[in-house]
Amino acid sequence: MTTPYVRIDHVSKRYGDTVAVNNVSLDINKGEIFCLLGGSGCGKTTLLRMLAGFETPSSGALYIDGQNLADIPPYERPVNMMFQSYALFPHMSVEANISFGLEQERITRPEIKRRVAEILDIVKLGDYAKRKPHQLSGGQRQRVALARALVKRPKLLLLDEPLGALDRKLREHTQFELISIQEKLGVTFVVVTHDQEEAMTLASRVGVMNRGEIVQVGTPRDIYEFPATRFVADFIGSVNLFDGKLSEDEPEFVRVGCPQLPAPVYIDHGMSAPPGADCWVAIRPEKIELGRTAPAGPDNWAHGVVQGIAYLGDMSVYLIRLDSGREVRVTQANRTRKPEEQFKWDESVYLCWDAGSPVVGMG
Amino acid sequence: MSAQQLMRPSAPRRWYADPARLALLALLVSAALCFLLPLYVMSLTSFKSMEEIRNTSLFALPPQLSFAAWQAAWSSACTGVACEGISAGFWNSVLIVIPSTLIAVGLGALNGYALAFWRLRGAGSLFAVLMIGAFLPIQVMMLPLVRLLAPLHLVGTLTGIIIVHVIFSMPVMTLIFRNYYAALPRELFLAARLDGAGFLYAFLRLMLPMSLPMLAVAAIMQATGVWNDYLLGLVFAGREHLPMTVQLNNLVNTTTGTREYNVDMAATLLTALVPLLIYALAGRWFVRGIAAGSLKA
Repeated sequence: MTTPYVRIDHVSKRYGDTVAVNNVSLDINKGEIFCLLGGSGCGKTTLLRMLAGFETPSSGALYIDGQNLADIPPYERPVNMMFQSYALFPHMSVEANISFGLEQERITRPEIKRRVAEILDIVKLGDYAKRKPHQLSGGQRQRVALARALVKRPKLLLLDEPLGALDRKLREHTQFELISIQEKLGVTFVVVTHDQEEAMTLASRVGVMNRGEIVQVGTPRDIYEFPATRFVADFIGSVNLFDGKLSEDEPEFVRVGCPQLPAPVYIDHGMSAPPGADCWVAIRPEKIELGRTAPAGPDNWAHGVVQGIAYLGDMSVYLIRLDSGREVRVTQANRTRKPEEQFKWDESVYLCWDAGSPVVGMG
Repeated sequence: MSAQQLMRPSAPRRWYADPARLALLALLVSAALCFLLPLYVMSLTSFKSMEEIRNTSLFALPPQLSFAAWQAAWSSACTGVACEGISAGFWNSVLIVIPSTLIAVGLGALNGYALAFWRLRGAGSLFAVLMIGAFLPIQVMMLPLVRLLAPLHLVGTLTGIIIVHVIFSMPVMTLIFRNYYAALPRELFLAARLDGAGFLYAFLRLMLPMSLPMLAVAAIMQATGVWNDYLLGLVFAGREHLPMTVQLNNLVNTTTGTREYNVDMAATLLTALVPLLIYALAGRWFVRGIAAGSLKA
């Protein structure tokens, strides 16, 4: 068992009566990309600012590599930060931006030059050293900001919505680059974002935050496929949520009766709760199969009429109104180009799903 | 006007006669005339001999250009007992303006920076006191200031008048720089702090170079203000360092025999030349600086 590299120990931050961060404990390992994900006002940025040293916790403690950060001012912490706006110094060249921090340490000129050249090489901006920030594209500016944050070799790099200012095509490219740079340098990254796509693609682990608390920590796959609470299920990706009551609870399976569905939902694991307990069931749109004939078997199906279709190229999104009146979102990959295989408006369809697909929970 | 028309990017503007536009134009022209006419008369008069002034109309062009009055104003007209023109006053004013401007702008920028980015205890009340100071007429503070500076032997010295100018400029200088820096993204400052920049390093390397337009505006304001000052110069500069404005007054009010209007006008124009030149050379900066301050706020 490795000891955690960054330790957030029962940290709270209060502003007057409002609690921005509520008793958060979190361990982050060396060399991982950890992502704090949540909506605006969930406390993720406050947590980041406390790590940077711009805010002090009302209670609790922060440690990096076993060292308590309490009395260490921002500029003496082994931490740097990449701001959402990049905060590049507009009147300085790329080179000068990057060497800004180095020039205040006792480092010789040639050594500064060498380290700037080295980091420029890593972010592939060697040819742009003499340019000013306004002469660079958005992606290049982002890499300058990254280089500036990394050149002093921090133990921990904080990134505030690192891909937020980039367009979609560039984001995809940049996120892989960011990961490869992180792997090359072995620096621990803590990323803050409200964008789940950004979180899922960058992070080795994600901490979902809501109202100042961490509600779930796990790999991107974990939090998508096995959300611990109704909030996480609803917040990550799109999902169809149904309220219901537990009708059978066996070690190998559970059955849930949902008033909005014609058949019980059968799930292939047990959950140890009293029969009749209130619960919720979440089914992801891509895990529902659409068909024209009634499925065999008593469980895990529904019937409805196509109310809306959004053709997205690689897939189509269908809005289906069930017989109960409830609308359900279903996505289907467009695997062929044959139009007759597509469902049409007002067509009557059956919905079914695997016993392994739904998530059931109580909270 | 439809929304589409409003949103169309500006086509090359064509001049059109619209009553409102004409009225505006008329107002601007008459305002310009109001200011330019005295300047016109002064310039003409300064190039005439006394003979020509007596015999021609106020608005008539001089029959022949004569620089005699300008020469006299600069180097031989009497300013009280001495008859050396106002050139000495010019150099005194230069000696006063340059340090008062550099020190006032530098300190104002430093104050504004400290108030905008360093949330120090008591900074708010300090700023409030400074603002109250800006609204007190300087005449009220004149006597206390003399009493304060006298024991330090600073009244009647070059150092004294520079200190007084710097003190009186502090509220406005601090205010404009504070507002300018408050409009800059705070993240720039935080990034510099995380990179290890201290108070002075962040100011000198980052904030000062980024505030060039504002530095220009502040320098123009301060330099013209100090150049045009009369009262402080009269009270604090002392006989040795009387600024040009005071010398001008002495020149105009020293009369032995006939009043030499042409010399008076030339001396006045000489005195006004420096602020005029500053605006002509740096006016563009002035407008840009003001626009930058207001748009970003």
